[in-house]
Amino acid sequence: MPKQQGGRHLGVNRSLAGDILVFAVLACFGAFMLLPFIYAIAQSVKPIEEIFVFPPRFLANHPTTENYRMLSHLTDSLWIPFSRYAANSIFVTVVGTLLNLIVASMAAFPLAKYKFPGSGFLFNIVVMALLFTGPVTALPQYIVVAKTQLINTPWAVILPTVALPLGLFLMKNFMTQINDAMLEAARIDGAGIFRVFVSICMPLVKPASFTLVIFSFQSLWNSTGGAYVYEEELKLLPTILNQIATAGMSRVGPGAAAAVLMMIPSFLIFVLLQSRIIETMAFSGIKG
Amino acid sequence: MMSASRKRQRREWSLLSRIIRARGCYAMLAPFYILFFMFIILPILGATFLSFTDFNMLEIPAFVGLENYARLFFDDDVFLIAANNTFIFAVITGPISYFACLIFAWLINELNPKLRAILTFVFYAPSISGMLFVMWGFIFSGDMYGYLNYFLMSLGFINQPVQWLTNSETVLGVVIVVQIWMSLGTSFLSFIAGLQNVDRQLYEAAAVDGVRNRLQELLYVTLPSMGPQLLFGAVMQIGAAFSVSSICMTLAGFPSTDNAALTIVTHIYDYGNVRFEMGYACAVSMVLFVLILSVNHVIQRIITRVADV
Repeated sequence: MPKQQGGRHLGVNRSLAGDILVFAVLACFGAFMLLPFIYAIAQSVKPIEEIFVFPPRFLANHPTTENYRMLSHLTDSLWIPFSRYAANSIFVTVVGTLLNLIVASMAAFPLAKYKFPGSGFLFNIVVMALLFTGPVTALPQYIVVAKTQLINTPWAVILPTVALPLGLFLMKNFMTQINDAMLEAARIDGAGIFRVFVSICMPLVKPASFTLVIFSFQSLWNSTGGAYVYEEELKLLPTILNQIATAGMSRVGPGAAAAVLMMIPSFLIFVLLQSRIIETMAFSGIKG
Repeated sequence: MMSASRKRQRREWSLLSRIIRARGCYAMLAPFYILFFMFIILPILGATFLSFTDFNMLEIPAFVGLENYARLFFDDDVFLIAANNTFIFAVITGPISYFACLIFAWLINELNPKLRAILTFVFYAPSISGMLFVMWGFIFSGDMYGYLNYFLMSLGFINQPVQWLTNSETVLGVVIVVQIWMSLGTSFLSFIAGLQNVDRQLYEAAAVDGVRNRLQELLYVTLPSMGPQLLFGAVMQIGAAFSVSSICMTLAGFPSTDNAALTIVTHIYDYGNVRFEMGYACAVSMVLFVLILSVNHVIQRIITRVADV
């Protein structure tokens, strides 16, 4: 029987002391997790006299927005307007994320729910590719991108990351857990595989979709385009912000401000989508 | 009753007919797999080929057979140090971050939805912060300005600043801490989503059957239902644990003191991008790949026994 204390309703097998302990542990580790963020934000609002002071202070004594103003001043006087970099990054990130979601879901659905020749093999090579790491694939990958004439276009940054093994893995695992009865019902009603996919499967795997979007978004947003784009007009946001941040001692303040600004879109997307994940889970499909 | 030859006909025919019937499936798989082949399989095959050559990235690769591998196994002392460090890394950070993901996801799942949302964000944030781990470099900085040193000195624990990042004894520990900090990523989210997917009725049924506290509930009800997520988390963590490199290079320096923070991937980076011996670097990559594959295989066997996947 669930314990009840006054008007407070606790779940099955829950006690108040247990709840408090859980919260305390999480608060401690949460502080540990947040340490660098607080530090970055604090650094970005410190006036320059306070950044190199001894004894070193963690938080700012006289917070100011001077660093952000200097950052906007620096970015105003660039050869290529700052908005160009931002637009490039936004394009690459949005298009890449959408493509990633569509392509990965489309591929995951047959693998999760259908048996056909080669299904096991195809999935296993994706898992194996997930495990191959290292700088050595960079060179052959560059050759592939060069031969397909994609160098110096935004697609050079987007396309290699669209076939993300992680995306396929994530979507397939979640799709495996969908109740088959719904799919069968749709199939009996005459839906072809694509129809079943779009109308039944995709709405059910929203949490996984959002997780994939979050992951893909932050990976693309933080990517500097690397060696694939060399024309200045096509470069991405992190490139120019890194240049500012590493420009020396006098730029530590604006550098921290730049780092904070780069973090914000990733965080925003996550916060926005996270509540949807939780909300979607409250109304899931077939019960029991 | 069918004659034997008629039966044989039906069996052969059905493979082709199965492929044709499944053409919708193949059509849906096509975009992903074409891109996958072009940008991931081809480069891996290229790297495999290069591992049997001597390639300095400027001239055409010269085929040398197994010489790279022979040199790797018999002649390279630094590789042994790298392998040792990587092994320590993998053994410590792999399980710790995997269980940390699981335990924190489970703890966070216990709270009410608002707190859950905030804390999920707090714990996930480090892994999407890009290069923010350099801030740890400032905290662990080896002079009096470093926050940790200053903190410990003002409390009286130490008298002189500790060279966290350049002392070969402490640098590995620092990198491990930062790696764990950053590793609550996709596995964490996957566990959170999986935990919320568990059927609520199972918990109540378990309570009726005699499960008396949270811990038992976790072991007997939650974990077995989370099989796919556990596997996924394991694959991700193994890959991440074995491929630690950018943290090492940024925080501990490249090369690090006494090679204390040298991992296999930084070793590859060294030979590939610094010394331009791409063939050798590819050979090391192949060895690493085989290593990760085998560890992964073992771990997957273990997990499929814990959870019924």
